Amino acid sequence: MSSAEMGERILTMGQATREALIEEMRRDPTVFLIGEDVAEAGTAFKVLPGLYEEFGLERVMDTPISEPGFTGIALGAAMTGMRPVVDIMFGDFLTLIMDQVVNQAAKIHYMSGGKLKAPITIRTTLGATRRSAAQHSQSLHAWVAHVPGLKVVLPSTPMDTKGLMKTAIRDDSPVIFFEDKMDFQVKGPVPEGDYLIPFGVADVKRSGTDVTIVATSSMVRVALAAADELEGEGISAEVIDPRTIVPLDREALIQSAKKTGRAIVIDEGYQSFGVTAEIAAIMAEGAFYDLDKPVARLGALDVPVPFSPGLEDLTIPSAARVAEIARHLVRD
Amino acid sequence: MSSISAAADEESASQLRLYTDMMRIRLFEEAANGLYLSAKMPGLAHLYSGEEAVAVGVCAALRSDDYITSTHRGHGHCLAKGAAVDLMFAELLGRAPGYCSGKGGSMHIADQARNNLGANAIVGGSAGIATGAALSAKKRGTDQVVACFFGEGALGQGLVYEVMNMASLWTLPVVYVCENNLYNEYTNYAETTAGSIRQRAEAFGIPVAEVDGQDVLEVWKAAAEAVLRARSGAGPSFLHCRTYRQYGHHVGDINRSSYRSKEEEMAWAERDPIAILGERLVSRGAVTPSQLDGIREEVQTEITQGVDFALEAPYPDAAEVFTAVYA
Repeated sequence: MSSAEMGERILTMGQATREALIEEMRRDPTVFLIGEDVAEAGTAFKVLPGLYEEFGLERVMDTPISEPGFTGIALGAAMTGMRPVVDIMFGDFLTLIMDQVVNQAAKIHYMSGGKLKAPITIRTTLGATRRSAAQHSQSLHAWVAHVPGLKVVLPSTPMDTKGLMKTAIRDDSPVIFFEDKMDFQVKGPVPEGDYLIPFGVADVKRSGTDVTIVATSSMVRVALAAADELEGEGISAEVIDPRTIVPLDREALIQSAKKTGRAIVIDEGYQSFGVTAEIAAIMAEGAFYDLDKPVARLGALDVPVPFSPGLEDLTIPSAARVAEIARHLVRD
Repeated sequence: MSSISAAADEESASQLRLYTDMMRIRLFEEAANGLYLSAKMPGLAHLYSGEEAVAVGVCAALRSDDYITSTHRGHGHCLAKGAAVDLMFAELLGRAPGYCSGKGGSMHIADQARNNLGANAIVGGSAGIATGAALSAKKRGTDQVVACFFGEGALGQGLVYEVMNMASLWTLPVVYVCENNLYNEYTNYAETTAGSIRQRAEAFGIPVAEVDGQDVLEVWKAAAEAVLRARSGAGPSFLHCRTYRQYGHHVGDINRSSYRSKEEEMAWAERDPIAILGERLVSRGAVTPSQLDGIREEVQTEITQGVDFALEAPYPDAAEVFTAVYA
């Protein structure tokens, strides 16, 4: 069946998020959106226009600039029968809500012996190169992935965005949903109507035989560009996207590493103590006897994100650098 | 015939229930302290002795389907909301039948059946949850009310002010109950709290009641007004309850001379909330001293049986370590 027959249209990442939210809010009256400038303004990134008009201020709630306060309020609502979606404008502001996320939301189900639950979705951003400098450019998904009790979603395509967002809203655990702030206008096919993409199922974005490139979020596009470059040189790269890092599809990562014997992991979080280290360790442990080379990895440089464009661009993985590492893995 | 049902009139009966509820908390805490001192309880506990009138007075003004959030000093709130003594002791001892299957402990007891959303070991940490439960009640179209208990130490946390602001903006049915027991852990609140407590809430347009936290009837009356206001859709209130922590910050805080005097402790012991109500009931002729003794004995039996139950109860299976991480 063609895309058109499946009812697919081309949407942007931002439109996919918006469509998921609208469909879930129509489906379930307990779903509501809360955050700064989500109503008339349609969010600071202008991703959610029209929600306020359809659902009103009761369900599209503008808040004071009080991230810990409105996250805590959303959590209390989640614990008592609602399914809030919290909008945290910049991922850097996760630092402001860490008590509510880490000590409260992540633990309430376990601490209560499974009696209470917190079906809260926190949607926020990651990604550098917007020239927003050190406090609006970080990719802090590894921080929350470190804490048991939280699920962490990193969509890379509009189709995944919609299906994963719907799954997040329906999940009974707290979910942190990261969208790359540079990718709201990235386009791709998206099915019409209701579909879910399960958590913990990696997606092979491109099949290959010589080297595995594991990539998250916007780094999937970097990986695909590197794979294109490598193809011209006769190197077949497989690009695999975990889509959720908690839960993580360990088996898919290990199987791909076993198949190609060489692997590189790229992620826009800081390289030290981050997602690349965790995934590289999983592949090294799980595919050790099938690996021809140590698993390589490439994260963001371990520096505060600088403002000056030339400097900022140096901090995140590039397709050229990924291809260069892959070449070494395959040929050296 | 129980001492309660022997009470002559309805008013006396309801006040004897308050007396019994306060006594249950007091004897629960005495037993918890004993379990600590005899090394039968893992970890520490923060005892509520001396502050019973606040939890009991506030919860007497609530319906069973109203919500509460509690604190690290939370045994009193749980019991006042109706939790069972035996399952609470089981939780304190980390046993399987405990309210949280032994995985929460003293500082995290939650009782979903009674809409107790849980004790919280982060000072002020439950203020958001309480305010969110109030938002939820409003969104779901119920007339449930939320009582948010916190100590005066939580006045140092920004979260409390953020959520009071939103509760007032959005007219949420929540009662903020500030239990001012004078001490932020080991520091007198006067050293940590500038300006006026009252004006903190008033700045958000939230009405404040100054309450003698040793007088359960006064607490009850103030709470009833605040709950009525919340239930009628008029928004949040703030109760500033002046009370006193008879024990230290936790069971291990034995030598308190570095931060408060014996004289101060003795002066507050004279204002014991249980004794105050008991004397009032006796002087009014509602009960005899021996009937009050009878109540104490009945409650002591309940406590002793609860402790025995918990000491006999099994620990969780090892497999429990992995359950309920995700819902």
